[in-house]
Amino acid sequence: MIEWMANMLNVPIYALNAGLSAIILGVVSGVLGSFIVLRKMSLMGDALSHAVLPGVAISYILGINLLLGASIFGLLAAVLIQFITNRSTIKSDTSIGIILSSFFALGIVLITFAHSGLDLTHILFGNILAVPKSELLQSFIIMLIVIAVVSLFYKELLISSFDPVVSKAYGLKTNFYHYLLMMLLSVVTVSSLSQVGIVLVIAMLVIPAATSYLWTNKLLHMIILASVYGAACGVAGVLISFTYNLPTSATIVLVGVTGFGISFIISPKNNFFKKGLKVH
Amino acid sequence: MIQVRNLNVDYFGNSALQQLDIDIPLGYSVGIIGPNGAGKSTFIKALLGVIPRRSGTILVNGTDISQVKKDIAYVPQKSDVDLTFPITVRDTVLTGTYPKLRLFRRPGKKEKEHVERCMEMVDIRDLAHKQISNLSGGQLQRVFIARALAQQASIFFLDEPFVGIDLVSERIIVDLLKKLRKEGKTILVVHHDLHEVEEYFDKTIILNKKLIAFGDVDTTFTSHNIQSAYGASLGNVQIKGLGGVQA
Repeated sequence: MIEWMANMLNVPIYALNAGLSAIILGVVSGVLGSFIVLRKMSLMGDALSHAVLPGVAISYILGINLLLGASIFGLLAAVLIQFITNRSTIKSDTSIGIILSSFFALGIVLITFAHSGLDLTHILFGNILAVPKSELLQSFIIMLIVIAVVSLFYKELLISSFDPVVSKAYGLKTNFYHYLLMMLLSVVTVSSLSQVGIVLVIAMLVIPAATSYLWTNKLLHMIILASVYGAACGVAGVLISFTYNLPTSATIVLVGVTGFGISFIISPKNNFFKKGLKVH
Repeated sequence: MIQVRNLNVDYFGNSALQQLDIDIPLGYSVGIIGPNGAGKSTFIKALLGVIPRRSGTILVNGTDISQVKKDIAYVPQKSDVDLTFPITVRDTVLTGTYPKLRLFRRPGKKEKEHVERCMEMVDIRDLAHKQISNLSGGQLQRVFIARALAQQASIFFLDEPFVGIDLVSERIIVDLLKKLRKEGKTILVVHHDLHEVEEYFDKTIILNKKLIAFGDVDTTFTSHNIQSAYGASLGNVQIKGLGGVQA
């Protein structure tokens, strides 16, 4: 099917693969990223995307599915961060910093130890031009799963993000939804490894969602716009990087942040000119 | 009856509430009063399980409160809510219907019509499409009250609903609470000052870490009890309905 589409559009197969995976990544990170941004978990998202590295290495060593190993380590990191924050007076940004760097370090050691065909640079920065067809399919399925989970639990995710206190008061298991999102985040991180790599996943999660936030007053609109914008940045980034021979993942991120910068200045909601400097 | 037995709550290692035993009969409006830091908000949050209890059982008509939470509408302090969230007034009120909707079910036509009526009752329909950070304090409080109404609960917990709101909003909310009370609902209100206590409530809970007094307003809201709760911090003030409080 990919071959047929490539013929129709008259582009090389690897280029079409790159474009499609950029679209998938944009959509999935727009959906998930909206919740990450609204729940003030950008830093947490960054931590989780780094924390999956040991999971990737161990899965490779043991020959199990990457998604499984990575999800376990992602959830483990989320639990540990919560544990340190709850059981001490250490603030959550510090516990995030500790877990992020130590998991990442462990991952690097494990990968080196494995002497494997695992290419660290590839995992860290991705290579969207070398996405195999199997991974493309996997990303697509994960996208469908994420959209399905978010649609099914939409009202619970909305209320636990918007008003956690009232959610708890009426008996909603807010912790469950926290870990559900952490789990999806780990899975998405892994599925986007080949596209943008660990280091830049967080950019895809945060930038389209934050840009969309500046233009919308409804959660559903924010999610849709973030997905469309994420996908558009992906395609534009791929095209620009092809044309000017630039690293693709970095180009996608820079395209995204340009739109954010423009939105920051001209969005009526942000009201940059009238507001001037925020006085706290 | 809301039965509170042996309630102890710690807050950051300090004891916030000690040894509370109260039987609150249903169907009344109850004011919770006490000085700053007396544990008034902590009390209702502990009842709802929003903050953990060190000990204590809470029964509503003999059933553990955790089983009937969907039937309790809670209006938190404004500072507890993320006002920058991308949500309009109408959708905020709509979230009030969530507790009684089952998992995977979205609000339908019935819920949406109900939401319109709830907005009507506190006169915020003309604000329906606005994002909530664009409202005044009083308008915002009416939105939260409408959300509580949308829940169709029989018990209402309100945390300082009259703080930082305009007189029109206060009037609307007071009238509405009276109407709910007439319909047989139970209303617990954390009240920030000592004015209007007699007009607003049937009963008062006077707290300062411990229970100072609980009962009908006429017998409980006395200068003696207020004095024991507030101690020297009250000074020499005149309070409507209280006569003179001499420090």
